[in-house]
Amino acid sequence: MTATALTTDRPAVSRRPIRHGRPLTWVSGVGFGVTMMWFSLLVLIPLAAVVATAAAGGWSNFWDAVTSEQTLAAIELTVGTAFGVTVVNVFMGTLIAWVLVRDRFFGKRVLEVLIDIPFALPTIVAGLVLLALYGPITPIGVDIANTRGAVFLAFQFVTLPFVVRTVQPVLAELDRDVEEAAMSLGASRFTVFRRIILPSLTPAIAAGAALSFARGVSEYGSLVLFSGNLPMKTEVASVRILSSIENDNLDSAAAVATILLVISFIVLVVVDTLQRRLVRRG
Amino acid sequence: MSIEITGVSKRFGDFVALDDVSVSIPSGGLTALLGPSGGGKSTLLRIIAGLETADTGRVEIEGVDATRLSPQKRNVGFVFQHYAAFKHLSVARNVAFGLEIRKKPKEEIRARVDELLKLVHLSQFADRLPAQLSGGQRQRMALARALAVQPSVLLLDEPFGALDAKVRKELRDWLRRLHDEVHVTTVFVTHDQEEALEVADEIVVINEGRVEQVGSPDELYDQPANDFVMRFLGPVTELGDRLVRPHDLQLLTDSTDPGAVSGRVKRITRIGFEIRVEVAVGEQDVTVTLTRNEFLALDLRVGSEVQVRVAPEVGAVQGRPEAVGAV
Repeated sequence: MTATALTTDRPAVSRRPIRHGRPLTWVSGVGFGVTMMWFSLLVLIPLAAVVATAAAGGWSNFWDAVTSEQTLAAIELTVGTAFGVTVVNVFMGTLIAWVLVRDRFFGKRVLEVLIDIPFALPTIVAGLVLLALYGPITPIGVDIANTRGAVFLAFQFVTLPFVVRTVQPVLAELDRDVEEAAMSLGASRFTVFRRIILPSLTPAIAAGAALSFARGVSEYGSLVLFSGNLPMKTEVASVRILSSIENDNLDSAAAVATILLVISFIVLVVVDTLQRRLVRRG
Repeated sequence: MSIEITGVSKRFGDFVALDDVSVSIPSGGLTALLGPSGGGKSTLLRIIAGLETADTGRVEIEGVDATRLSPQKRNVGFVFQHYAAFKHLSVARNVAFGLEIRKKPKEEIRARVDELLKLVHLSQFADRLPAQLSGGQRQRMALARALAVQPSVLLLDEPFGALDAKVRKELRDWLRRLHDEVHVTTVFVTHDQEEALEVADEIVVINEGRVEQVGSPDELYDQPANDFVMRFLGPVTELGDRLVRPHDLQLLTDSTDPGAVSGRVKRITRIGFEIRVEVAVGEQDVTVTLTRNEFLALDLRVGSEVQVRVAPEVGAVQGRPEAVGAV
């Protein structure tokens, strides 16, 4: 370690201490056991079952299922839209969180509560509301029902709170001194945001983005009425899975689910890695 | 004069933080803004830095009117009580921040950061994150960061307030020595009179939004402008209608001095090298502090008859409380 080093890639100097396996105490052993059991029952075993079902049909069946034109279109639409919606959420969610934390205005409390409505509302109701407002009987002259815009809007509606809710508490906890210190060192408002505030928010934004993406990929209720489920056009992966099941084609349903699972997993890992990089770069 | 403050007032809602304050702060000196919490001293410091704006009045830094200048343009270094470290940046990059903003060449930044880290004895911690430093080290880093941009004035807001007593004392000595090396005009806020008396060349006593007195530590201690300053700078006791320091009183047995008054020892408390004797003089309880040797020579006990007087050397330097307001 030299005093002159100004570079960021340096040997890990007790930056992230590595814990070597320590024997569990009795209490932490029980805690660990319960956690694993709970997690296994709710997540691991069902997921394994999905993958097993997909595999049971054999490789060629699996391949046929996931490469059918209709399935590919559904997966592409789902992942692409979830990605687009997440990008919008990163900007809008951060902006909304900023306004909620830093600004004072009339009705702030009400807005605080309203942000959570997409969480609380049954998604099918959300679909009905969107259909009424932006569908054929629109009172404002915007009819996007049965288009890809409908899918985007429905995703946008249900994923709205994620980034807001992850960023807001972190932003509220930020030390104003730090911003003032940067300002007195000559940093403009924009530089303070980019170099001081944003690095602190990045983990929260990444967490919100990951949740938002995952929610988008899995969405069903809000768009089943609104998007029309037109094959090759507005049919999303979850709807495709349901129609496979209804046609008694469990293998195909499991195959699509497995692909979605893999894509979600990759995206979550990428988001996490990206986030760590950004924070370190400062 | 390096900083010229004229008629500055500041209100927060109904609360008057500063009420028509005018102070001149000399170039190259180490000036303390001393006063009780909530007295307005931090607000004054933040107004100098541009982190608050004055409701009325004028702030001049090095002859330039800075009243409406943004904090970015004032070229002041500011050190906060709670360090205000950039947590995601290494110590070296914290110090480099102001220079990076000014787009200095990389080599120059590296050299300057090196020099500053040496100055604050943090060279071996250059690559650590602030979270891996102790409080005292973090504050030294904050100081190096503020000095990096070669500010025309250095402002410190209760810089040692969050540290424990021992570290505080060390950093205080160190700040004094650093200032003798660097000579940048420095203003620091403190509510600790000992800190101000020990470190500062000049002290500005601020209370309830007003300047009570400005002067050297000696002037303030020996010729306080009023009762408030006298009480704030050290222990006091009353003898008759006179406010005096307990260590400026003498106890005598068998005195014929007509200026001495008689009393009876009520309580004796020993605090290390100092003996505190409470004497009942009529209705009044007068506190006198003695050294251990003085005390032993007098052979005092609770109940002893004694005479109390102001030490003859004192009258010459000590202002009297009747002279209040005669600044």
